[in-house]
Order: sequence, then C-alpha cells, then structure tokens
Amino acid sequence: MKAWHFSENAYHYLPPRETYDSIRVTLPNRIYDPEKGAALYDRFLDEWLVAEEEGMGIMLNEHHQTATCVDPAAPLMLAALARLTKHARLLILGNPIANRRQPVRVAEEMAMIDILSRGRLECGFVRGVPYEISAANSNPVRSNERHWEALDLIIKAWTTHDGPFSHEGRFFHHRMINIWPRPYQQPHPPIWISTTSPSGAARVGTRGYVQATFLTGFDGTRAVFDAYRRGWRGAGLGEHVPAHRLAYSALVYTADNEAAAKAGAEKLLWYVTSNKVPRHFANPPGYVPTSANLAMLRGAEHPLSAFARGASVEAAIEGGFMFAGTPDQVLRQIRKLYSHVGGFGHLLIMGQAGFLEHDETVAGIRHFARHVYPALQEEFPDTALTFDAPAAQRVGVGVA
Amino acid sequence: MPSSTIAVADTDLEMFDAGDGAPVLFLHGCDGFDPGHRYVARLCEKARLLAPSHPGFGRSTLPDWITEVDDIAYIYLALLDHLQLDVVDMVACSFGGWIAAEMATKAPRRFRKIVLSAPVGVKTGPTDHLDIPDIFAMPEEQLAALMFHDPAKGRLDVAALSDEQLAIRLRNRESLALLTWEPYMHNPKLRHRLHRVDCPVLFLRGASDGLVSDDYLRRYAALLPDARCDSIPAAGHASEIEQPDAFVARIAAFLAASTGA
Repeated sequence: MKAWHFSENAYHYLPPRETYDSIRVTLPNRIYDPEKGAALYDRFLDEWLVAEEEGMGIMLNEHHQTATCVDPAAPLMLAALARLTKHARLLILGNPIANRRQPVRVAEEMAMIDILSRGRLECGFVRGVPYEISAANSNPVRSNERHWEALDLIIKAWTTHDGPFSHEGRFFHHRMINIWPRPYQQPHPPIWISTTSPSGAARVGTRGYVQATFLTGFDGTRAVFDAYRRGWRGAGLGEHVPAHRLAYSALVYTADNEAAAKAGAEKLLWYVTSNKVPRHFANPPGYVPTSANLAMLRGAEHPLSAFARGASVEAAIEGGFMFAGTPDQVLRQIRKLYSHVGGFGHLLIMGQAGFLEHDETVAGIRHFARHVYPALQEEFPDTALTFDAPAAQRVGVGVA
Repeated sequence: MPSSTIAVADTDLEMFDAGDGAPVLFLHGCDGFDPGHRYVARLCEKARLLAPSHPGFGRSTLPDWITEVDDIAYIYLALLDHLQLDVVDMVACSFGGWIAAEMATKAPRRFRKIVLSAPVGVKTGPTDHLDIPDIFAMPEEQLAALMFHDPAKGRLDVAALSDEQLAIRLRNRESLALLTWEPYMHNPKLRHRLHRVDCPVLFLRGASDGLVSDDYLRRYAALLPDARCDSIPAAGHASEIEQPDAFVARIAAFLAASTGA
C-alpha cells in the first residue's frame, strides 16, 4: 500500500461560523489576510516536504472561492513542489476538467509538471464538487459528459506526436493541437479519477484508471469499489483488479498515546464540520440525476452530511471516515476497512485541517510513516489483488 | 385531458390543445405548464389554446443537441408548420417569453399579435449587474419572495405531490439551468434582432415581480418597433397564476382590439 499526505491548504482564521452563510463561493475575501496566507503556504509546503522525507507520496487538490482549500490553481502549487521535491510521487487529484474551458491547456500544464518533476506526476481528474459550479460559472447540467470528452482530448493531446490534430466535439473545439512539451512518462502519466458514486466508478473501471473515493466510509466505499470491479471485468481487463487501482481517502492522525491522537483527530474533524454551504450551492440543478434529487426531497441524506451534524472522533472511526489512535489502533482500523471494501492500494491521508498546528501535523505524519506505514506496506503489498469482499472474507483470501 | 404528443424535429412534445376560436400559441414559464391553473380555462373560453411543454419540461423529451433557447424557437416554428398554422397570436410567460421573442425575430410574419408576460432573454443593463437576479444562487424562500406577491404561494408542499410530479418539477429546473446558465437568462444577439418584430406586442409584468423589473421590461419593449407595457397589481413574476382574471382580461383586450393599442 502506498500512503499519500494530502493537505487542502485551508485558511482557518475565520470569523464565527454564525456570521457567514457559506464558507464557499460567497465568503468575502477581505477575511483573507495575505500575510497570514503567505505563511500558511510556506507551512503547508514544508509539511509536504516532511511527507517526502518520510517516504510518502504528496497529494494536492484544487477548489475555488473557499476558505477550506486555498489552492485554486493546483498546477501552480504542483510546479513549486516539482522543484522543491526530489523523489516523491506528485498526485494532483485533481484537475476539474468539467469546469476548465480549455482541456488542451490542462494537457500542457500537466506535461510541464511531468517534465519539471522528471516523471513523478500522478495525474488526477475530477468532475468537481457541486459548489465549484458557481465559482467556475460552469453549467451544472451535462458536466459528466464534458468531463469525459475533456479527458479523452487531454490523453490524445499527450499521446499524439506527429504534428497537429483537430477536435470538433460536443463541448470542445480546437484546431492545431500539438502540445509542447509532451509528457516525460510514456505514453502518459498515470491517470486517476475520483468519484464517490458507483455509476461513475463503473465507468472508470472500464478504463482501468486509478479510482479514488473520499470519505465514503465502509459501505459507500465498498459500493464504489464493487462498481469499479464490475466495470473492469466488463471491459475485459481481467478477473481481478490490482490493489493499486483503488484509493481511499480518510482523515488520519497517529500519535504515541491515545490522548494525543484524540486531540489531533478532534482538530482534523474541522475538515468535515467547517463545510457550511447552503443548498443552492451544494446541489445546483442537474449536478445529480433527477432520481437522486427526488430521493433527497423524500428525505434521503448523504451519510457524510448526517455525520457532520454530530461529528465526533468515535463516530468518524466507526463510520470509516477516520483512522486515528496509536499505531496499533490505526493499523487495526485500516485493516478492518480494507477487508470490508475488498482491498485498496492507496491511502490518501487527509493529514492537516483547520486548527491542527504545524508541529502537530508533522508529528502525525512522522508517527504514521514510522510506525504504521511499514506494517501496511508489508501486509498489503503493491502486488495485491482486490477481492469481492463477502465471499473472499469467508475463504480468507485477500492478498495474492 | 386534451393532451397529446407531437413529434417535431426529433423532439417528442407534450402538447395541450383545447378551446375554440383563433389559435393562440402559449409558451409556459420556468415551472412548466399545468393545465389545472385557472388562467388556462379562462384563456380556452376565448381561443384555441396550444400549449407545448418545452423540450426538457413536463413530459417533452430533450434531445442531446439542444443547448440553447434558440434551438427551441426553431422547433416551435416547425411545430406551427406541423399544425398547419400560418399566422397565430402568441402569449408567453417568463422563460417562454424568451423563446417567443426568438421565434418572432426569425419569422415575424407568422405572428399577428404577441403578449410577453415578464419575459427574459435580453441584456440591457450594466456589465457588473445582473438584469435578472440569480435564481440559482439564492435560497428557495428568497426566490419565492421575488417570484410572488404572496410568497406563501411559492412554498412547495412535497408531501402533496406524487413522485412523478416532483420528478417533473426537478427536471424542469434542470432543463432551465441547461438553457439559461450562460449567458445568464439572455442571448446577447437577441436585442439586435428584435427590430424585425413589427407586429403589436404587449409587455406585461406583475407589479411585485422581483425578477423582471419595470426598468427591464421598458428597456426590452423599447427594442421593438410596436410595443407597449402594462402591469398587473398584486402579482409577482407569475401573474398568470397569482391574478389569472386580470392576466386573461389584459390579454383578451389586447388581442381583441382592432389595432395593437
């Protein structure tokens, strides 16, 4: 298993929660102090460098008009990281290509990063969470279709080496596509897609890209991974999905004693509890299918929303959103989720949020890397195959 | 129920067709067409009312290629051909008013008189201010307060609606977003084409409409050679629902007059 340190670069110096309607889209940027922001960028970059030092991968993402993630141009941060780091794999998860007007520009940016880092890019693509729609002025309807057309165009731009080609698609038009530079890795950097829905995962599975899912807990994650496996098999990619095709992201905090672990974990919960967003931004029309909206009108609720209302470290661990405790406890928690969902090969660690200070963040990274990660790598090697959880658990297989 | 499905330009249109008299093409607003509303029966007393559900609204299909209001305008011109109606009167509300304005610029000779109630579709105000408030960026209660003179009328009683009715409402909203998101609620070209619409046109709005302002309505009307404005008291954006009798009376008087006045 490979572990990645993921930080959203949050700006947590906010006024009381009840004084604003939304932490995203509309929160006035007068609240953002550029001096404090500059210090935070330095700090978060330093934390990524600690992760590299400890042998972990580096992961970053992109959101817009929000205090929860002040990294609205992730490729810029990635460019800095490409020069600051020497060995770590660099995972951007991801490029919100349903909201980018020029997929070819994204192909260029990513090719540059791959060259700058001498082939250390892991290139993720996301449709973008619903509150990105307003910030991007992007139509919420048919964004999934835009996402896939953009992705195919980017791959073609990366892999076409004999001069210009043209694209006249449903959503994008471009003549004379002939990017310089081309990627360092051949034929192109590894592709990751994040989705938390089974229907999306099935489609990712047919392509064999790395599938990541975020905070989907025990059953949600299993549904996503099962769907990926169905897609994979349906496309004839093989009977078993290798573990390195599946990734899970959770809040993780490790310490040498339970009290310190709990204190760090409490602070990490900010990632979930701070996400105050009114419904018109959280669910623009057309972002989810009509059937899902109907279910919501009839009272259905996203498990994470239900959790956020009464969030606690215990409930987060119970739900599989968080792994926290001493190294032994964290290992047991990961093992439990691993067997429930049928295995996975990447742990995307949300290792900093809100008021978790630099020293605490670094301590969490180091404890995990030194006292949990080696056991994870040994128990769940990169060569493992994932499995259909219920049947496989009975016969006790899980690792090839 | 006088509803049927008509296939036009690979779109299956749900079609309401009732009443006797001269044909009136009625184009519904943001929330779709509900034949149960009082204004429908009142209009049918005076005319043959032809009311399609827009592509993506009601039970009408939405082909993949439809991305703009302009596309619907062409489908409806083909619908008039299909119905063998050379010249009609047209009454259109809100979003439907945008479709109507597009149709009239393309085929001005096909319309005897046009009523646009709280229409959207043009941009006449400053760059840094939306002509129409952003209905996709506000809570439902705030939207109801802008939409209705009596905001209580805007409350959705989810328990009273069937799954099919709710699904239609949700899909209407989704189709509205698809078609009005960007440029928001307007076609930048439309204002430069409206000079072609030389039949008499009545611009109406509810006096309490928080979406289509009096200024907006007047600037819109000024783009047409033969347009006048009127308002309906104690009505919001959907005056056909809040004040059906006054709505129908204004329309009937305008359509019956020997001139447009």
